[in-house]
Parts: sequence; C-alpha cells; structure tokens
Amino acid sequence: MAGTISTLTHVAGHSRRRSIEDPRWLRWLLIGGALSFVALFLIMPLAVVFTEALRKGWSAYLAAFQEPDARAAIKLTLLVAVIAVPLNMVFGLAAAWAITKFDFRGKTVLTSLIDLPFAVSPVIAGLVYVLLFGAQGWWGPWLMEHDIKIIFAVPGIVLATVFVTFPFVARELIPLMQSQGKNEELAALTLGASGWQTFRRVTLPNIKWGLFYGVILCNARAMGEFGAVSVVSGHVRGLTNTVPLHVEILYNEYNIQASFAVASLLTVLALLTLVLKAFVEWRHQKSVQKADAVETRQFASK
Amino acid sequence: MKLTTIFGTIATVAAIAFPAAAKDHTLLNVSYDPTRELYVEYNKVFTKYWKDKTGDTVIVQQSHGGAGKQARAVIDGLEADVVTLALAYDIDAIAERTGRIPANWQSRLPNNSAPYTSTIVFLVRKGNPKGIKDWDDLVKPGVSVITPNPKTSGGARWNFLAAWAYAKKQYGSDEKAKEFVTKLYKNVPVLDSGARGSTITFVQRGIGDVFLSWENEAFLALNELGAGKFEIVVPSLSILAEPPVTVVDKTAKKKGNLEVAQAYLEHLYSSEAQRIIAKHYYRPFKPEDADPADLKRFPKLELVTVDEEFGGWQKAQKTHFADGGTFDQIYKP
Repeated sequence: MAGTISTLTHVAGHSRRRSIEDPRWLRWLLIGGALSFVALFLIMPLAVVFTEALRKGWSAYLAAFQEPDARAAIKLTLLVAVIAVPLNMVFGLAAAWAITKFDFRGKTVLTSLIDLPFAVSPVIAGLVYVLLFGAQGWWGPWLMEHDIKIIFAVPGIVLATVFVTFPFVARELIPLMQSQGKNEELAALTLGASGWQTFRRVTLPNIKWGLFYGVILCNARAMGEFGAVSVVSGHVRGLTNTVPLHVEILYNEYNIQASFAVASLLTVLALLTLVLKAFVEWRHQKSVQKADAVETRQFASK
Repeated sequence: MKLTTIFGTIATVAAIAFPAAAKDHTLLNVSYDPTRELYVEYNKVFTKYWKDKTGDTVIVQQSHGGAGKQARAVIDGLEADVVTLALAYDIDAIAERTGRIPANWQSRLPNNSAPYTSTIVFLVRKGNPKGIKDWDDLVKPGVSVITPNPKTSGGARWNFLAAWAYAKKQYGSDEKAKEFVTKLYKNVPVLDSGARGSTITFVQRGIGDVFLSWENEAFLALNELGAGKFEIVVPSLSILAEPPVTVVDKTAKKKGNLEVAQAYLEHLYSSEAQRIIAKHYYRPFKPEDADPADLKRFPKLELVTVDEEFGGWQKAQKTHFADGGTFDQIYKP
C-alpha cells in the first residue's frame, strides 16, 4: 500500500517537474540564442570599434587626437556638455519636485511636455531651430541685423543639445520621488523647516543617487547627440563640429582608422557611464539596506 | 553667488575653447562633397601666397556636403565668404533667396566662374563582371546602379542629365529619354545625399555593380582607395560639368573679408592652382599650366553642355528637379 502511494507521488512529482521545466534542448536553445544575440549586437560592435581604431597601432591611434580639428571637436563637445547638463539638471530637479510634491492644474500637461523630446525625432528638433533662427526663419532677419549668430554656431548646437537631453534628469527622478511620497517633507514642514531647508535636508539626500544617474545619462547623450546637432551645425571644421560629427567627416574622407579612433572615445564614454550606473545602483542598494537595518534596530530596541 | 560662479566657469571655458581671433582673416569656404582633398591642398598654397603678398595670415575653414544641402545651409544663414558648389543653379538659388550674391555672379570670373570642369564616368568592379560599356547597359535587368539623390546632390543632377542627353540622342525624343531614365533609376538600390556618401556605399560597403561618378571621384577611388579593385568605363557620351565658384559679397564684406575672398577665388586660376587642380583629377581651365602626365589621365569623350542641351540650369532645374518635376515623376522607390 505504502509502496503504491510512494510510487504514485513519485510519478506525480516527476511529471510536475517535467511540466515546470522545459526540455533540455529548449533551455539550451533559448540560453544560447540570448547569449549569441548579446554577443552579436552588443559585444561585437564594441570589439569592432577598438580593433578598427587600433588597426594601425598606438601611434596612429593617438595621432587621431593630435589633429587640430579633432581637438576642436572635443573642446566643443565638452563646452556643449558643460552648458547643457547643468541647465537640464536644474530644470529636471525643479520639474520633478513640482510634479511629485505638489498638486496643480495642468500637471499632466507638464509631464507629457517633458517627454516631448523623447517622442520627437532629433532631426525635427534641429529643423525647428533652423526655422526659428535661420536667416529665412521667423527671427532670422532680426538676429542678422543685430549680428547675433545662433544657427550654424555654438549657441544653436547648445540649444539643440539642451532640447534633446531635456527629459533625462526629470524622467529619472519622477518615479523615484513618486515612490517616496510626500510624508517626509510634510513631517519636516510640520516641525518648522522652511521650504528651502526641507528641500536641502530631506528631499535632496533622498534622491541624490537618482539625480546623479540622471545627470550621467544626460551627459552621455549630450556628448553623443548626432541628428539634431548635425542639422544646426553647418559642419565647419574646427569650429562647429562636435565629436560625433567629426567621426562622420573622418569616415567620409576614407580616414577609417582615425574615425574609429575618435569613435572609441565616445565608446569609452558609454562604458564609463555604465560603470558609474552600476556604482550608483550599488550605493543606492547599500543606503536602502542601511536605512532598513536602522529601522529594524529601532524596532527591536522598543 | 553660486550662479555667478557657474556663469564665470562657463565664460572661462568658452574663452579657452574659442580664443579671440587676432586681426587675421578667417575665410569660410562652403563647398560640395568631393572637393575635400583638393581644397585641403589649395588652402595651404593660398595661405602661403597671401602671406607672401600682404603679410596677413588667412585661415580657410571648410564645410562639405551635398551641393543642394550646402546651398540650403548658406540660405539659412551659414556665413560663407565663398561658395564653391557643384553647379550654377545652387548658387543662383542663394543669390535669389538671400540677395547676398549679385544676379550676374557667373560673369565675374573666367569660364563661367568655373576654374575647373569635370564630367561623369562609370566606375565598375575589377574585370567589369557585368560587361558594362555604355549607358544602355545600365538599364538592363539585374544591374545595380549607384548614384546620389538629385534633390540634394549636384553630382547626381549631372548624372541624371548625362543619362537623359544620351538617351535623347540615341532614341530621338524627350519621351524616350524619360522612359530610359525611369528604367535606369529602377536599378538604383540606394540614394545617398551626397556624392561622397555614394562613393562610400560603392567602394567601402561593396554595394552595386556600377557607380555613376564624378570623374575626379572615380579616379580617387581607383588610385587611392582600392588600387586594383575597380575600373573606369568611359561612356560614349557624357556631360561637361562646370562646378562654379563665387564670393558671397555681403557676408564677406560684413566680415571684412571681401578682398581676400576675391583673391582666394582668382588665385584658383593661377598656374600653381591649375596644377593642383589637375593633380586632384579635375580638368583644369588652363591645361597648359598643368603637368602633362596628369592631363594624359583624362579620357577623350563627347561632352554635351547644359546650356546647349537643356537651355541652362534654371530651365533644367525647373523641368527635372523641382517639386513635381521629371525626377519626382519617375522615381518611385
């Protein structure tokens, strides 16, 4: 009797296991497929960039950065990032704070507007600025009269970059701040803190890692933007060429090795962004655990 | 306080990145796609010539792209001192839309303001596997033809007109020519925006059996990119391409560059410049100044002109390339 039962359960257990787990060949196929996909679409391009860049050796690789036009492109890209990223950091912080901590009319409209640059093709973004500030555009003639250059000059490139990188910080902060709720801020206010104190001592420490991550992403995009910048740049070597545009020019001049060398700079930037992202997530996890531990201890001591 | 520090930093960075220009001249030459190598060398020669002549330093900045696209950028406010484009119509467009160039610009310099000319030839892969000899072979089924987009590229417009001129001569009427060109563009798998993009498509990516190319671009591909990988095929008839140059008067004047801009273009007709021009595979206006060895490379072939065959660029543009023109009618990808 007992034997029968055990056999039965054994059979049942076996079939259950089989129904939960897929056959071996399918598992291998799926894992293999996923891995080769990753290798083909993520690792291979990375490897290609660096092998092409180093094809003619280290000296040729470094020579690509000695070139005056390359240096000017790097300088311009840094300048654009230095202006665009802080602007969008301040804006993103303010927008996220307003959206998550306050209730007001038109909140959904504001939230959708923040997403607009994600929805619009960067080329359109560039064209909009040409139509506004170009010589034939709305404000072009006035600007020309007053000798103010926006399009085909640095201000236009900065404007286009600011537009394209607009949502990164806000998008990173809004979900985080929403999940944190308003309770801590309300408590601070009840205890007599001013608005600024609440923001600096309560809100900011809670979101600092999210903010940092948003800024890194924003920076990566600001330095890597091609489409919108290409439209407003005018492609003047040594003057209005950013690093991505310089990569294209080198490629079109059959200078394949140098083009990949400069491209490797952007790739390194991307890898650095990923490392920083991992670091931020690790720190964030740690601070959450610490907070949990403190809570538990307080709970236990009661 | 904090804000002023931020602005201070930005100003400092800007100052480092863009040092205030001395009294020297900075000239912007907005050009079409394949002239990159030519102007790199010519700019060095001109800088030296101007330094010797006046003691002033001049830095020439370059911008390259499809001729139509470049003209558009100048119309939209790109501050070019001189434009050196692929065909007269694009400069006409700048003159007409902005008033920064006088309408009679083309008569200001010799040879319709074209210091060099060129033509359209075929570039095929080594051994000419598809046996391409003349325009008729391009419309055969299974032949893949590479040419840029006539809407944005000057070279592409010369390609289109050369094919049209051939078909009209061969088959007798504009209707037949239209039919021929329609068939030809059915064989085009990809339209790049400029001639250089098409060269990359053909040479680097290995797409297509035949590339309708500027003669100079074909030689460049032949001699410097894939030695022994390509062959030039000279068709029985082609078009005389005259890429013109002119000063953008109002912009140059505003930037205080009028004199040096004029000299920059005039010097293109000098014997040292004509020599460089031939070296970079452009047909020089004054062949007697060029190296005879360079001249020998240019094949002799029957060339028609836009003025004789199509009644000038204004008319050709309106008939074939404007919105709703022949190209729009025939090209349906």
